[in-house]
Amino acid sequence: MLMAHNISVHLGHRSILSDVTFSAKAGELTAIVGPNGSGKTTLLRALTGDVAYTGQITINDRALPDHPPWELATIRAVLPQATVLAFPFTVIEVVRIGLHSGVSGGRDDVALHALHRVGLGSYVNRVYQELSGGEQQRVQLARVLAQVWDPVMDGTPRWLLLDEPVASLDIGHQLGVMDIAQRYAQSGGGVVAIMHDLNLTALYADRVAILSNGRVLADGTVSDVLTDTWLSRAYGCDIRVNTPPAPGKTYILPHAATIAVHRKLVS
Amino acid sequence: MSVLADTRAVQIIDRSQRARVVAVGLAVLLIVVSVSSLAIGASGTSLWRALGDIAAGRRATQTASVVLWEIRAPRLVMGICVGAALAVSGAVLQGLFRNPLADPGLIGVSAGAGLGAITAIVLGAALPMWIAQAVGNQLVPVAAFLGGWATTIVLYRVATRNGRTSVATMLLAGIALAALAGALSGILVYIADDRQLRDLTFWGLGSLAGATWDKVTVAAPIIVVAIAVALTLAGGLNGLALGEATARHIGIPVQRMKNLAILTVAAAVGSAVAVSGGIGFIGIVVPHLLRLATGPDHRMLLINAALLGASLLLLADVISRVIIAPAELPIGIVTAVLGAPVFLWILLRRRGLVDL
Repeated sequence: MLMAHNISVHLGHRSILSDVTFSAKAGELTAIVGPNGSGKTTLLRALTGDVAYTGQITINDRALPDHPPWELATIRAVLPQATVLAFPFTVIEVVRIGLHSGVSGGRDDVALHALHRVGLGSYVNRVYQELSGGEQQRVQLARVLAQVWDPVMDGTPRWLLLDEPVASLDIGHQLGVMDIAQRYAQSGGGVVAIMHDLNLTALYADRVAILSNGRVLADGTVSDVLTDTWLSRAYGCDIRVNTPPAPGKTYILPHAATIAVHRKLVS
Repeated sequence: MSVLADTRAVQIIDRSQRARVVAVGLAVLLIVVSVSSLAIGASGTSLWRALGDIAAGRRATQTASVVLWEIRAPRLVMGICVGAALAVSGAVLQGLFRNPLADPGLIGVSAGAGLGAITAIVLGAALPMWIAQAVGNQLVPVAAFLGGWATTIVLYRVATRNGRTSVATMLLAGIALAALAGALSGILVYIADDRQLRDLTFWGLGSLAGATWDKVTVAAPIIVVAIAVALTLAGGLNGLALGEATARHIGIPVQRMKNLAILTVAAAVGSAVAVSGGIGFIGIVVPHLLRLATGPDHRMLLINAALLGASLLLLADVISRVIIAPAELPIGIVTAVLGAPVFLWILLRRRGLVDL
């Protein structure tokens, strides 16, 4: 269980989060959505201990500040929006740096498995800086996966905290990455992801929290939360769910792509 | 998912293996350069004849043993220590600032250490007796260390906002700090007496010529400890290359590591500057060449930087001794002539970095 109780964050005189209560269960993919500047990233940074907050955050029933850095690194991994590397490390070297705390059981092959999982198994010797933005993001996902490779270790769940994991990816890779996150949750780990794409959220999330102006507007299952009322209020525009556009207009949903893939698998 | 299916097997290139081979090569190079450094010099004293004499059971001539033991040997040890200190400090600073352009000479750390040393020489006599007794003959290195430490901390505070270091701010703040240290040093030079002036001139030049066993016994232990501590920071510096937040997320105690890195650099650069003055560009050229050859992994980079830095500085020292013999070219000129073009080359290759 990852719990945040009455979290408030101030930067200077501005209040970024006020009295946010949020929880995520192991075995579920919990999405945080909301408009720009609603406090999504700040909430994630509070959950990772990167920003000073008032209130209480517990991870696996133990207060966040009670964990020393190395121990925290053994139970949760964090994927930032983008990572700029200072030096020309190769792809495999980047993933191995993520194993700094040596907690994936000292298994050398974990880094390689992780790269294969994100589809970059043949990229091991490539220099990180020479990859495209989307490829760099997948390398970072591999690093994060390798850090907490087993979703459950010694009976306690481990956590993936993902800040817009699919932001710089094409639709095929968006689905691929969300599948990985979903599989992690289904294997008993916990996943918290900040999402911009509401369709992908609807497709993959087990639970959704909508943030608006630094507060939790709504919190619950996809069908409870992703509704006309809540979305319209959060995003400040008139939103209708499950409404196709006027006949003749093209629209493309990730749902359609996964249906096609599943049909191919079945046939 | 079909798009993520990539099952091609690829042989992993292990650059750390290559780095270990390079380390052996560099160790051999250091031995070769060390022997040349002992053998070559303005006096024309022959190492081989002296060794031959000793081997044959004769006493080497008195001049030969004085030249070798009292002049060239301390100079050799000092050269190894200073070269290793500057190169390792450069690599650590670059890792800390997440930037390949950081160099103790370039960003004012050496100037700050120099100011400390000059202050100690000029104003040292005015210190209360108990302080003077407490630090003894370590006063100059201690003051240089404090100067370098203060400069590094100010620089880090100025150049780093929200865990990100701006290259432009770092370089410009370094220039400002170096200018300030230079101005303060100028005031001290102005009020210095003749004897102190003679001591001071030697900092302006940057040279190993002043090496004595006294100075070596003061500086070498500090440098050895500083380098040993720096080697323990390698894993942390690798993590820091991913950014401060990510370094924390993978379990690195970032704040403690940064403090340790700053202390290490200040101790190593402070001691090096105290005994040899400001020698530039070793700290930027050595790590850069090694990264090109064996990659940026700090675990081998720091070890190899110590070896290559020591060799390069000894080589520069030999050149400075023979090129206009019997006179001696200040070593700072040699390292600048060799190093400045490399620095420009790095700038041009990575122009994007300084657009910040």
